This record gives sequence, C-alpha cells and structure tokens, in this order.
Amino acid sequence: MPPIRTRLALTLTGFSALLAVALVAGPLIGSTHISLGRVFDRSIAFADNTDAQIFFVARLPRVLAAALVGASLAAAGVVFQALLRNPLATPDTLGVSSGAALGAMLAITFHVDFAVAGVASIPLASFAGSVGALGIVYALASARRRGLSTIVLLLAGVTMTAFFQALILFTQYLADFADTFRTVRWLMGTLDVGSFAPILAALPIVLVAFAMLATLPRSLDLISLGADAAAARGVNVLAAERLALAGASLATGAAVSLAGPVGFIGLVVPHLVRLVVGSDHRLVLPASALFGAAFLIACDAVARTVWSSGELPVGIVTALIGGPFFLWLLVRK
Amino acid sequence: MKYVLAILLLTAAAMGRPQTPARPQRIVSLIPAVTEMIYAMGDGSRVAAVSNFDHFPADVDRLPRVGGLLDPSVERILAIKPDLVIVYATQKELIERLDRAGIPYFSYQHRALADIMTTIRAVGARIGSAARGDAVAAEMDRTLAGIRAKTANLPHPATLLVFERDPGSLRNVYASGGYGFLHDMLEIAGGRNVFAGMKQQAVQASTEMLLTSKPDVIVELRYGDSLKNADIARELRAWDALASIPAVRTHRVSVLTGDEFVVPGPRVVEATLKLARVIHPDVVR
Repeated sequence: MPPIRTRLALTLTGFSALLAVALVAGPLIGSTHISLGRVFDRSIAFADNTDAQIFFVARLPRVLAAALVGASLAAAGVVFQALLRNPLATPDTLGVSSGAALGAMLAITFHVDFAVAGVASIPLASFAGSVGALGIVYALASARRRGLSTIVLLLAGVTMTAFFQALILFTQYLADFADTFRTVRWLMGTLDVGSFAPILAALPIVLVAFAMLATLPRSLDLISLGADAAAARGVNVLAAERLALAGASLATGAAVSLAGPVGFIGLVVPHLVRLVVGSDHRLVLPASALFGAAFLIACDAVARTVWSSGELPVGIVTALIGGPFFLWLLVRK
Repeated sequence: MKYVLAILLLTAAAMGRPQTPARPQRIVSLIPAVTEMIYAMGDGSRVAAVSNFDHFPADVDRLPRVGGLLDPSVERILAIKPDLVIVYATQKELIERLDRAGIPYFSYQHRALADIMTTIRAVGARIGSAARGDAVAAEMDRTLAGIRAKTANLPHPATLLVFERDPGSLRNVYASGGYGFLHDMLEIAGGRNVFAGMKQQAVQASTEMLLTSKPDVIVELRYGDSLKNADIARELRAWDALASIPAVRTHRVSVLTGDEFVVPGPRVVEATLKLARVIHPDVVR
C-alpha cells in the first residue's frame, strides 16, 4: 500500500475535483434556462438583469449552503460514528439536531421575531437549541464518573432526542394553523436561504468546528478501537472525546440552523467514503467533508428540477436517494 | 302496502341521519367562515358555541369554545346539547361520533370562491333562514360582479399573492396557486396570478421561481397578529434583495392585513375589494 502522504494527496485531489465539478455545475442547473452571457454582462444593471439575479441571488447561495451543510453533516457523522463506536451514529443521534429543531419550532410558534446582522431569529434560536442540547447531553455523560461514558452518552442522546421530539410535537400542538404548517415544512429541510447573510453567519462556526476536528484523526482511529486501547497508546482520551463531541456538535448545529434537519447525509456519506478510501480517519474525515458537500449539491439540484410544480424539500430527496442506495450497499457486501 | 311502507320507514330510520329541527336553536359552528355566514344572516343569537379560531364578529367572544378543525372536543360539543353542528367534510371522525350520538350535523367543503355563496344558501336552508341566506349570497354575487365589471376591461398585471413567509426574509414563501378562493378573488380584482398554471392552492415559491415569475404587483397577506407600520416597512424591505422583479422596482409591493383573507365567508367581498384597490388604485376606490 502506498504511504499515507500519497494516499492523502490522491484522496484529496479526487474528492476536491468532484466537489469542484458540483460547485461549477450546481449554479448552472435549475428550473429555468438562464444565459451565462447575460449573467456576466456588466452592461446591464444588476437590478435589471433577471438572469444575473437568478444566478447570484437564487442559485449561488443555495449551492454554497448545500456545500457547507453537506460538509458539516458528513464530517459530524464520521466523528460521531468513531466517538460512539457505532456505525449507526448520525449527527441526530446525540439530540443536537433535535435540540436545533426544537429551537426553530419555538421561534416559529411563539413568533420570536428579530434579526441580528441579517440573520433571522429562526436560525439563531435553532443554533441556541443545538448548543443547549449539547450541554445537557454532555453534562449527563460526564456526571456519573470521571471522563465521558460512551454508553451513557449514547443513551442520554437517544433519550434526549425522544424528549425533544415530544417537546416539538407539544409546540406544534400549541401552534396556530399556519404556523404548524411552517414548522412541518421547516422539518423537511430547505437550502433556499435567499441571501449570503445566513451562510456567512454559519461559516465561522463551521470553520471553528472543522479546526477542532482536524486535530483528531489519529486519536479517532484509536478511540474507535476502544478507549482503553487508545489510552494505552498515549491518547488523551478525555480531551479527544471532548473535542470531538464539541466540534461535531457545533458543525451539526450550524448546519441544521442554516438548512433545517437534512437527513441521511451524516449516515450515508461516511460509509460510502469508507468503501472507497478505507477506514483511516486521516482520509475518511476530509474525504467525507468534500463528498458530503458534493452529494448535497447534487441532491439539491435534483430537488430543484425534478418536480414540475415547484421544488421538493431537499431533506426528502436525500432520504429518498440515500435510503435505497445505502440498503443496496448493505445487501451487496 | 303496509309492509312496503314499514320497510321504507325502517330503511329510512336505519339510513337517515338524525333529523334536524326545522329551526335549530343551539347551533355549534366549528368553522369560522360558517359562523360569519350565520351572523350575516342575522341568526347569530342561535349560535351556542364556536371553534377556537373564531374571532369575528366580536360577539363570538362571549360564546364557549369547543376545539378546532383538527382537534374538536366531542365532549364539550355534547355538553352544549346542540341541535345542529356545522362541520367541515374532512372531519370524518367527528362526523362518525356525532352520528353515533344522534346529533344532527351539516357538513360541507369549499374549493372555489363560488362555493362560498353555495354554502351560504345551503346553510340558510338548513337552519330555516333560506330567504335570508339567499339574500346574503345574492348581495355578495352582486358586489363581486360589480368589482369584476370595473376591472374586466383593464389590463391585468401579473400579480404574486403571498400568504405566508418567514418574517424578515424571503424564505419559505407560499403563494396562491391557480386554484382556490384566493386565486378567484385575485382574478375578480383584476390581477393575473403568476402561478395560475399550477393547479394547487399553495405554491412554495423558491427564490428562483419568484425571480422568473416577474410579477408587476406583489400583494402580501398578513393575519393574526396586527403589524405595526415599522414592521410592515421592514417586511417590504426584504423584497429589495430581488430588485429585478418589476413590482420591486416600481414599488408595487403591498401588505394587506386582516383575517378576511383567510376566512372564506361573507367578508371575502371586502377582501376582494381591498385586493382590487391595490391592483387598480386609480379605478377602484
């Protein structure tokens, strides 16, 4: 097997090329035909140039949001699967996603209505919800003994998810008719963010999260074999686990607050990538982030074009494509 | 002959719904639109209870509430001892239970604007106010025809009728498709619905769809919470992000408030008039 540096270079080049193709093709695909010549025609005022507005206001923010959300969820999926030593773990497993959803539901239902630096109240409330959920789950997992108990973390996360779901249903029950409709649609996930402001607000959080995760691959390789084995090899398990939990949760919270809970990316993408590059986290983590971004851009392109009357919520497309594909992979092996 | 009659009567008894008295005195209306219809006929004094969503006329505030479209409380309805319950046709479970409890009900379903007048006549007939129901419906037909006559020969600007979106941004925009009473009201008011080709009541319009539909006029409907002028100004500014839309450039975006836009009852006439004033401000006053 070639040395890790070569494989890393090959992997990064391959998946970056894939993402580059998606980033270029994404804004060119849509329900209407636009002329690229007109899009970049500086002689037409931007306010009069519908093609340019479709390109820069409708499509480009969407594609960038898809890239950011896809990369965040896929990377978070890799980390949660290693941290919890469970192939079924997803960004939703620890309740972070449900906490974010609850925050959004509360903001919609009780008409919390303000904006900070162009970011509306719903994404802000949603991010606050994810941080709250992380805090609760973390406190529960570290309460019993020194260090994090993976099993308690997992059980606490699953329980918190169920508990948050109950609160979401209760909030929806209290909601007005039109608000209920909006909450249900929010839960389907959508990337039509409408401007660059929400993306720019989520970007720093995702970058911080990625910086935290970037230090982890070696530790994750060992932790996924078992905490004791990792400790024996000189890994500071507690520190690594804390960093992994915080980084993956921040990435998830930012992604969900930007686009709603887009399912399946965090589960399917890491497994697909492992089939190609093996299980070394130095490869899996960056490759998953890149492939997650490309995959969600592609799913959103399908969501935008496949339905003749309007658009499908992207969360429906990722699950409809990802679910059967994943099952096929399972059976094939 | 006797046998035939007996069989007929028995069959009728087995099949027939509980009989409504000719003039029910304790009406429970679970649909705000029908509550308004009954009040418009001058029979509000016979309404004994209303839904959680009833706000008009103000007189309904004194009445007990018995749940909503999705969660009617059968127990509270029974406690009112109604002699007629007005339900929507989709409330299948409630209808079954009313049947079992032997309580008469009136069930209906709305699609287009014309159905509202049909329902008013039917409700009038059912509660023993057929003449007044006919009069209310005929007056509505006359007024709507008057608005249509004023706008018929004017150019119909491409109009986007938004009834829901996230506050402060253009996310999750829902607009009227080419079907339903909002679409019909828009046409009578002299607008051409940009989503007329989509035969559904609600269209979720993405940013791209908003840009390509190129409306000359945008009307946003708000209901529930009343908006302050500052809020309305802020909501209008959200459209500036899509400056290539003709309506945005020519400042023909307006916000209309009032629940008459979402209650398909007698006040749809006022709602249509408000729409016409916004779309043809010079002609309709």
